[in-house]
Amino acid sequence: MTAVAPLALPTLPAAFQQSNVDYLAILPLLIVFGTALIGVLVEAFASRERRHAIQVTLAVAGLLAAAAAIILAAKHQGLTMGLTDGSTNRQLFALAIDGPALFMQATILLLGVLGVLTMAERFGGVGPDAFTPSGASTPGSATETAAARAGALTSEVFPLTMFAIFGMMLFPTTNDLIGMFVALEVLSLPLYILSGLARRRRLLSQEASLKYFLLGAFSSAFFLFGTALLYGYAGSVYFGDLSKAIAAGPLAMNGLLVPGAFLVFVGLLFKVGAVPFHAWTPDVYQGAPTPVTGFMAACTKAAAFGAILRLGYVGLDTGRWEWTNALVLVALLTMVVGSVLSVTQTDMKRLLAYSSIAHAGFILVGVLAFDRKGVGAVLFYIVAYGFSTIAAFAIVSLVRQNGAEATHLSQWAGLGKRFPVVAGAFAFLMLAFAGIPLTSGFVSKFGVFSAAIGTGGATGTVLAVVGVLCSAITVFVYARVIVLMFFSDAPDDAVEVAIPSVSTTFSIAIGTLATLALGVLPSALLDLADRASQFVR
Amino acid sequence: MGTLVQTLASSSSTLSTYAAGLATHEGEAHAATGVTAYAWLLVALPLLGAAVLLLGGRRTDRFGPVLATALSWGAFVVGALVFLAMLGRGAEDRAVGIDLFDWITAGSFKVSAGLLVDQLSMVFVLLITFVGSLIHVYSIGYMEHDPDKRRFFAYLNLFVAAMLLLVLANSYLLLYVGWEGVGLASYLLIGFWNYNPAYATAANKAFVANRVGDLGLSIAIMVMFFHFGAVDFATVLGAAGSNANQGFMTAIGLMLLLGACGKSAQFPLQSWLGDAMAGPTPVSALIHAATMVTAGVYLVVRSAPIFEAAPTAQLVVVIVGAITLLFGAIVGCAKDDIKKALAASTMSQIGYMMLAAGLGPVGYAFAIFHLLMHGFFKAGMFLGAGSVMHGMNDQVDMRRFGGLSGAMKLTWATFAVGWLAILGVPPFSGFWSKDKIIEAAFIGEGWRPWVFGLAALIGAGITAFYMSRLFFMTFHGKKRWTDDVHPHESGKLMTIPMIVLAVGSAFLGLILGPTGLFTSWLEPVTGAEPEGAHPVIPVPVLMALTLVLVAAGAALAWLRYWRDDVPVTAPAGSLLTQAARKDLYQDQVNEALLMRPGIHLTRSLVFADSKGVDGAAGGLAALVGGTSSRLRKLQNGFARSYALTMLAGVVAILGALWVMS
Repeated sequence: MTAVAPLALPTLPAAFQQSNVDYLAILPLLIVFGTALIGVLVEAFASRERRHAIQVTLAVAGLLAAAAAIILAAKHQGLTMGLTDGSTNRQLFALAIDGPALFMQATILLLGVLGVLTMAERFGGVGPDAFTPSGASTPGSATETAAARAGALTSEVFPLTMFAIFGMMLFPTTNDLIGMFVALEVLSLPLYILSGLARRRRLLSQEASLKYFLLGAFSSAFFLFGTALLYGYAGSVYFGDLSKAIAAGPLAMNGLLVPGAFLVFVGLLFKVGAVPFHAWTPDVYQGAPTPVTGFMAACTKAAAFGAILRLGYVGLDTGRWEWTNALVLVALLTMVVGSVLSVTQTDMKRLLAYSSIAHAGFILVGVLAFDRKGVGAVLFYIVAYGFSTIAAFAIVSLVRQNGAEATHLSQWAGLGKRFPVVAGAFAFLMLAFAGIPLTSGFVSKFGVFSAAIGTGGATGTVLAVVGVLCSAITVFVYARVIVLMFFSDAPDDAVEVAIPSVSTTFSIAIGTLATLALGVLPSALLDLADRASQFVR
Repeated sequence: MGTLVQTLASSSSTLSTYAAGLATHEGEAHAATGVTAYAWLLVALPLLGAAVLLLGGRRTDRFGPVLATALSWGAFVVGALVFLAMLGRGAEDRAVGIDLFDWITAGSFKVSAGLLVDQLSMVFVLLITFVGSLIHVYSIGYMEHDPDKRRFFAYLNLFVAAMLLLVLANSYLLLYVGWEGVGLASYLLIGFWNYNPAYATAANKAFVANRVGDLGLSIAIMVMFFHFGAVDFATVLGAAGSNANQGFMTAIGLMLLLGACGKSAQFPLQSWLGDAMAGPTPVSALIHAATMVTAGVYLVVRSAPIFEAAPTAQLVVVIVGAITLLFGAIVGCAKDDIKKALAASTMSQIGYMMLAAGLGPVGYAFAIFHLLMHGFFKAGMFLGAGSVMHGMNDQVDMRRFGGLSGAMKLTWATFAVGWLAILGVPPFSGFWSKDKIIEAAFIGEGWRPWVFGLAALIGAGITAFYMSRLFFMTFHGKKRWTDDVHPHESGKLMTIPMIVLAVGSAFLGLILGPTGLFTSWLEPVTGAEPEGAHPVIPVPVLMALTLVLVAAGAALAWLRYWRDDVPVTAPAGSLLTQAARKDLYQDQVNEALLMRPGIHLTRSLVFADSKGVDGAAGGLAALVGGTSSRLRKLQNGFARSYALTMLAGVVAILGALWVMS
């Protein structure tokens, strides 16, 4: 408690001077942000006919350039964006460019490429995509036709996506609670809008969007309240200070620390859809345009788990024992509720939503290992799950009836007999979600559970056993989808599989191949994740 | 915490050093040379067949079945060559490890995917490829008119590949891959004729029971990893034999046993095997009689050092085996469906193997020996049953058979050999293996030899009764055929495999048993039979007792099912018969204990919508109904109740934290 006077008003710093910013270290962030801004300009100035093509190209190019810049940034790891606190002459760093941060950034960028490519689907040129240019109209109405004639386009989804990706990359990189909050909002706001843009079942989509926004705001309030409590405890919002204060702090102050830590976690757990903060997930996953759902499921989860790792392993590191119990409870609830509820789902998107909740629980088990091995396992899990889930949602967006997506499970009956390739790929992804060997799902589950057993003590063992039991439950769910596709007869009004363009085909193929490759030869990525699992403080 | 980690790390490194020493000592580290280096072809060939047939689509319809059969025989040839190469080496040098690639390397944790070609796995390789290939040949005839036979052969090949991977794997993790693979193939094949909803249900049931078992296996692997820091056979089994913690060994052993029970249809997970008979008969012969269901026995014998370090777990193995062998035998007495009666018999015979496997070194070799013999005679009888069904318009009710010995002479003759073999009539193969198991069960002190020995002995008598019942009801007595059947002998493609298997059932035991060839072959893996272990009843007396009981069982069956007329509809029967017909109420018990609480749990958690995935049949109506109710729910102002959930969650967890601190 040397430099910290918790209850007294902290003296205002005499002057903040900007100090070293390592531009190469934050180059990936800058590129994505720049691309998003250019995208806004393109919306304003490019001709209508070419806008879609330009936006897609720009977004993909920006993401790939940023991914390449990660290699540069990897050589400039460390704390950066520092401010010198004039009163104490200490350097306060806003960003931590380290292994986990860069790994997450790269993951988000690569998954983002697949997400953007899926969003770009227009089924052969100028046909309608998944989004609506005028949300207030009803599909096919005169108002909509008028809007289309007036030239309303849907290409603004790409800059919005880029802003979201920027926020997601920032989220696991921030080194203080305020920065983390800003990143949380930057990634959330575009997602709220994207969720409400579905072309079909518009009201459902807009309702989902509003709900996501309201509940997101609610969870942000928790985050901020937690931040206030932690500031009250430590007198600083920087993770380094927080950690030091906890190490030196008296037990009497736990009344601020433990609730504060948990409330901050609530904001983050909301984003990954952990129980009891999951209620939005099924509705939003179902209502949002399917490509957006896939993008959210993969990338938001990656970003939020990155942030959870940083908060848990850096910010609250030394005093973690008091608040881990809360996370253990949440992890148990998440696994059980996610897998049990997935059993009775009748809608494919809701089923995948509950599956994503269950997966969030499994990943939390890895987080709770509190060991480098756990970090590596979590990083691997997120990559593996991201690729599988983007491909799965992309396939969902192809299965259609009368032009609209057919998401009810009964409509998928007999799909395997009529479209063996698409159904086969989907079945394989289901096996990966189930964690069957030779898929990435198996390796990732094995990774988190063995990390939990290895270093999580008795709690870790309990978590892993519950995790194994829950994944046994979910195997049912996925197996039934497979059985439905391959062993049931197709109804008379059978669904069709829309012929996808190159971009969606590419996303599905890459997602599926990655799922296979990470199952058969996971060593390279496991190694990389293992090497990237060291935080800077 | 940190110290615990350190201790663990250092202890696991000591273990691996120890295991490395052990490995060189045992000769496990031999590099593969010559043909043995190509042992991976064993798995690759049938896998290739499955891939070609599944990916090739309709184009492969014409040559698919032949290609699959050829590849299966190819695997047999590779297996035979590897076996010959192995014979050429001394007993100590026969086990060979083949590293394929580094599968998972994460920090200190390494799993390399590799094969372990030793005496034990070779027995399985030869059994699987030989019987498997014969059944491929038989299936060409049996499935001749099935429009979807290409898919059938693809799955058969997939099964052979997965089963070979299971027995050749050098680590529990890779074994688990094969384990899941055979489960998948079995699931696909049971439900192959899925246009019949009952069959699809049967496939589901098999799936559930197997998942419960697989859960056990995966927990065992986790605990192994936690305790030993490794999951390969060399390290785990090496360490298990020496300084292992008995509590852990018991946990691992029981979990492995749970896995074995699921796969091998042992009590209490046996209920699926009877329903699995819904699959095409060649599948029942290959997967649900000769090979896959014996994987549990393989697992127990392979993990012998773990069970020896855990006497409790070992005792449970014996108990499970004894219960199952009696359970299966009693159920077998009441079944009128020829395939279900054979399935009950399979369950009972695997019970014998399990019992032997739990007895320790006195039993391992005989467990595997009986497994091999059973593979021949039971597969032969299943193929015979298929041939009977072929001639009888797919009728399976034995009360509608009778007097078939005249119409199907070859089937009758081959079936008769199988029947004599399972009864344990000398010199047929079952005599050499089952009698030895009964003898081994009588070895020991205290109450155990009496309980387990008598169980095995009585089981032999009941086996004689129900197998003779099956045989007489089908082939002898009065003809009770329905009017439209015209039994005829099956074609050569079907009869030749039956003849080959019958020859094996007749002579293989005589060649391998009394000569001691088999036991000395397995000795380096299973350990030598301890000297001076004698049954509590002298061996000649035991042998005579067994034969008397067998003769009595067969005679009783002769009286009731050959001499007397068999009614066409089943009589009400005694309480025991009624219970046995219903599998001793196993389904009801499962339902009451497991299914209903499970359903209530999920329903009460969801408080809605019991349609679930099964509602799929409801089609459009379900879609509209479901969507509308969902939409209504969505537009009912749920956001605030969601927010309330969050708030309640936060408060509850904070409360829990407060209570905990």
